[in-house]
Amino acid sequence: MSNTTQAMYTETPFVRTKRRYQGLAKYIFMSMTLLMILPLILIVGYLFVKAAPVLSLDFIFTNPIRGMRDGGIWAALLGTIYLVVISLVTSAPIGVLAAVYLNEYAKDNWFTRIINLAVVNLAGVPSIVHALFGLGAFVLFAGMGRSIIAASLTLGIMTLPVIIASTKEALGAVPIAFREACWNVGATRWQTIRSIVLPNSISGILTGIILQVSRAAGETAPIMFTGAVFFKAIPEGDLLAYGIFDQCMALSMHLFTISTQVPNVPTALPYGTAVVLLGTVLLVNAVAIVLRVYLRSRKKW
Amino acid sequence: MGNRKQLEIITESAIEWLIRICGISAILFVFGIFFFVFREGAEFLFGGLDLWQFLTSPEWYPTSVSQKRYGVLALMAGTASVTLLSMAIAVPFGLGAAIYVSEFCGPKAKETFKIVIELLAAIPSVVWGFIGLTLMNELIITLFDAPIGLTVLNGGIILALMSVPIIVSIGEDALKAVPDSYREAAEALGSTRWQMIYRVLLPAAKNGLLAAVLLGVARAVGETMAVLMATGHAVKIPGSVLDSVRTLTATIAAELGEAPVASDHYQVLFIIGILLFTITFAVNLIADLVVKGIKEQ
Repeated sequence: MSNTTQAMYTETPFVRTKRRYQGLAKYIFMSMTLLMILPLILIVGYLFVKAAPVLSLDFIFTNPIRGMRDGGIWAALLGTIYLVVISLVTSAPIGVLAAVYLNEYAKDNWFTRIINLAVVNLAGVPSIVHALFGLGAFVLFAGMGRSIIAASLTLGIMTLPVIIASTKEALGAVPIAFREACWNVGATRWQTIRSIVLPNSISGILTGIILQVSRAAGETAPIMFTGAVFFKAIPEGDLLAYGIFDQCMALSMHLFTISTQVPNVPTALPYGTAVVLLGTVLLVNAVAIVLRVYLRSRKKW
Repeated sequence: MGNRKQLEIITESAIEWLIRICGISAILFVFGIFFFVFREGAEFLFGGLDLWQFLTSPEWYPTSVSQKRYGVLALMAGTASVTLLSMAIAVPFGLGAAIYVSEFCGPKAKETFKIVIELLAAIPSVVWGFIGLTLMNELIITLFDAPIGLTVLNGGIILALMSVPIIVSIGEDALKAVPDSYREAAEALGSTRWQMIYRVLLPAAKNGLLAAVLLGVARAVGETMAVLMATGHAVKIPGSVLDSVRTLTATIAAELGEAPVASDHYQVLFIIGILLFTITFAVNLIADLVVKGIKEQ
């Protein structure tokens, strides 16, 4: 028996070479992957180590003092929260409805293709061009001035493609049979969407909204000229300290300011700001990922 | 009963109209962006600006008292050098990682890698810029014995790290889109996995991989904060990777705050914005056409 097996398969030099190449390719690609990922993890670790001296709850809940050379980041953090919430309130509904249109109503024709192309392009417009648009359209043309509302609307338009893409994916994952069953009992298109499609895809839509939060929180360029300022004094602990026509500080802008514009800032301070910003964004993303994995695991179809 | 029905019909059609309006909102916004950026810069673009000089002169002296000169060649060279360097690093590594994640590693590792890559894509650009300004700056000064570490090399590496997640995730999608029957046919002929990738998958997925690279380029060209902080502020055509440069995006970010509204300088910055919009629009359009090419196969 063993003799016949040997007769059927013998390793020729050709097979050996090709095996060797296969192994080589595998390790080269693996090391490429690791070479891209490991430095990043090290960098993030390095930021945390350098920031360690200032990281505390006090750092988060006190205002910057002495020309931003000391103190915490409260005013900037609150500003970022305002910008994110207002941009979300304005753009999430538009984004979700746009995705509903694209997935449920749009026919497969040239017009839909143009809409899809516009979504891709909107995602590809450089952030600084969004800033110019926000300045031209909201600050000057609409007369909002440099304000939280102008900055939030700019951010909202910038993050719109994120929510459109993820909502479309979530809607597309609802089996067509669900819709057909609903239509067959006499429901209209909108009734079907409201009672079948949206409830079944709400988790995916939520994930998209969470990703939009993380994107909006990290952006700097679009808010630089539309509503964020270097410094603004607000009372600590007051959640309603900003009005929507005020200018505000923002975490990302604050990091830029204290690392490039203000001389003699203690080194740990910008690191601390970077870590809070990075930590917030990564945490929000992690929540989105966990939510997605959890909901995928209990999917019924 | 009849009334209620009528009310429902009215609300329903109102909602459907709202959905349609939101549906075309993306088109409106893209046109809106072009219109408003164009509107702010139009006056100087059609009256006063020498377009030929604008595109071919490396002399950028927008605040000079005696003779203001607006030439963006040096800025374009800055953008091009940083983008090229970043792509030279990110394309091989990004595609290599895409191939590894898609073809070589097991389902568990694949899931983990994809999550890590997604998290990396989420790191804000200002944090990247900060890393360039501090860590990379010191590394370059020590390693190359350079007077300053805020250079093309710094910006290129930072941009490469930023573009890799996009290239990996879109490249992986492109490889996933190759039908399994191709893989099975190749294996049935006795090819190893590497032979299959090299001879079958790469040719079959080449359009998608090209689109991945193009979107990486668009990201690198449009990136603002990271290059603003990591490449130094020298408006000149770089001679080596250890020179400081200034990109188109960084120029807008650095100077818009100081340019008085409606002045020539302010309008030129908007014209640079139109230029950037046009470049990224073209790159995205080409990427879309390339992807459409796959679907029609």
